[in-house]
Amino acid sequence: MEKKTTIVNLTEEEFVYPGNRACSGCGLSIIYKIGLKALGKNTILVVPPSCLTVLQGLYPVSTTKLPVVNVTFASTGAAATGVRGAMKALQKEGINVVAWAGDGGTGDIGIQALSGACERGEDIIYICYDNEAYMNTGVQRSGTTPQGVLTTTTPIKGKLQQKKDVPAIIAAHGIGYVATASAAYPLDLYDKVKKATTLPGPKYIHVHSPCPPGWSFESRYTIKIGKLAIQTGLFDLYEIEDGRFQLTGASKKLMGKERKPVTDYFATQGRFKSLDKDLVAKVQAQIDAKWANY
Amino acid sequence: MHIIDSGNVAAATGVKLSRAQVIAAYPITPQTPLTEKLSEFVESEELDAQYIPVESEHSAMAVCIAASTAGTRTFTATSANGLLYMNEQLHWAVGARLPIVMCVANRGIGAPWTVWNDQQDTIAQRDVGWIQIYANDHQQIIDSVIKAFRLAQTVSIPVMVCYDGYLLSHTYMPFDRPDQEKVDGFLPPFKAKNFLDPENPGNFNPVTLPDVRPGQDGTIKPGYIEIRHRLQMDLRASLEVYQEIDADYKKDFGRGGHPFVEEYKCDDADFVAVCIGSLSYHLRDVIDAMREDGIPIGVMGVQMYRPFPDEAIVQALGGKKHVIVFEKALSYGNQGALYADIKSALYNAADRPTIQNFILGLGGREIKTEQLLAVLREACANPGTAEDTPRWVGLKL
Repeated sequence: MEKKTTIVNLTEEEFVYPGNRACSGCGLSIIYKIGLKALGKNTILVVPPSCLTVLQGLYPVSTTKLPVVNVTFASTGAAATGVRGAMKALQKEGINVVAWAGDGGTGDIGIQALSGACERGEDIIYICYDNEAYMNTGVQRSGTTPQGVLTTTTPIKGKLQQKKDVPAIIAAHGIGYVATASAAYPLDLYDKVKKATTLPGPKYIHVHSPCPPGWSFESRYTIKIGKLAIQTGLFDLYEIEDGRFQLTGASKKLMGKERKPVTDYFATQGRFKSLDKDLVAKVQAQIDAKWANY
Repeated sequence: MHIIDSGNVAAATGVKLSRAQVIAAYPITPQTPLTEKLSEFVESEELDAQYIPVESEHSAMAVCIAASTAGTRTFTATSANGLLYMNEQLHWAVGARLPIVMCVANRGIGAPWTVWNDQQDTIAQRDVGWIQIYANDHQQIIDSVIKAFRLAQTVSIPVMVCYDGYLLSHTYMPFDRPDQEKVDGFLPPFKAKNFLDPENPGNFNPVTLPDVRPGQDGTIKPGYIEIRHRLQMDLRASLEVYQEIDADYKKDFGRGGHPFVEEYKCDDADFVAVCIGSLSYHLRDVIDAMREDGIPIGVMGVQMYRPFPDEAIVQALGGKKHVIVFEKALSYGNQGALYADIKSALYNAADRPTIQNFILGLGGREIKTEQLLAVLREACANPGTAEDTPRWVGLKL
């Protein structure tokens, strides 16, 4: 494994102007800034409707110092394909074509176009920031909302169904690189994005992204809560490279150690208020079973 | 060079001659052979292009939108439900002012499922802002595709080239294949003014406010409504642009000269049958038969439907006694869309003809020459009694 990036050797070059329209404490705001540093100047971004559309600013003001094409909700994977197709047609090499979408835009409405792009082996990087609900429209349940979570469309009992495992679905396409990351571990994300820029074919990075208004916590706790998701073993940092799975970073360090109880994580956020004891026990048992297999 | 082949191959050949750079398509009957031919052209390296076999029509247009934004000449093709599945993308492509060209092999829309020809698919898309050109035969298909690429990149508006499914897509007819060199002279390479470029980054299609707003340099930038107004102005202006392009094409290739409407025996006619597509050639037989009986009738095929060539329509139909509009589509709950548009164009004409509307051929129902003959004979015999409600031809109730 190549040398890890630290805050000391992280590039100072910025591709996001300060003062964007993200909420304070936004997990996306962190990963966008760090992710673009890793991608560098020779990058074209493809963005469907999401909080990122808002973060980017309102015409004629723009947050991003890279070329961005905003596309329709369901079309991200295909639009990235089109940009890559144009680069090939124009014989422009060394340009990262990067789709950047939310969990709804990726795992729900956008999954068909993404699946198509993965199956065709398109040379693109797809980054999904997962804030676990439709946040841009005001916190409605998504396929990636965890079970029991209160949203504006699961307002009383919480979501009845389990979270969809999107990285596993993408990995099932047999693409060369699938990774997870977290807004709470930006340097781990940086290295994964950087690695993705060096690999051929489709690359998929799924980033856990705490959302203060959507998850109902104070904006100063974004990193703390992001870390708790990892430390409780609920959300794991890993890479699947050429089919080989391995835990990375903070998750790897948890191996053989005692994990914090998942209740520590649940207690930090208002969205888990309606969890009952049975569901908490079930989730803890699921985490334990998952880790028993690592 | 004259060749004999299908309408779909005529379209594919036009795309090849136009040197499309990125092609994305999803097969749908009756467009499929066009898609297959293009993949063959690319795989055999007869055409230097990226052929992207996407998983849906929505994605086909997404590829075209993105590849066009990145500065390449793009093409796709579809029919019926495939076109409808693209609907939001059609709006997006025109709002983003991208010179995409798309062929549509016209087919009826489900439910219930039909694979046969009518024109409900493209007529239903008349308000999205795409330019719509209709071809009446194989020669017009290949010529229209080449002209469409030049029109699209001149006005920065996408163009649909539509032709009847099966009747044209799958029939074999002789047509002239223009020389590559001459096409290259007629159609310069696409050079986008603004495109996705890391050296000159821009944010394309961002959220735009209801009102105008100053940019960082202090100049006032348009709001959404100004941007939409510009599209409407440019669409109207594209009528004149297309007329010039068509004239250039005629100069180079000897064909054309009727960019908006194609008239047959209309000069001295009191009665004019009007329609879109291959039916206008079918009707020529009927017109000839009626002329033999001394009835002064002609037929006019509408070749450009959006932007609507109202001036050309008024010029062609003003002063006539009676106009009979045949349509393989309907604005459900109202009338044929073409009929309504022609009526609207004629409203201020000094010498307005009476006009009536017939719906026929939906879902591929055979249109028989003797039926057309009977309908037109009756219409010409009693023009003053025409109702404003569309009548249906050949219904078996």
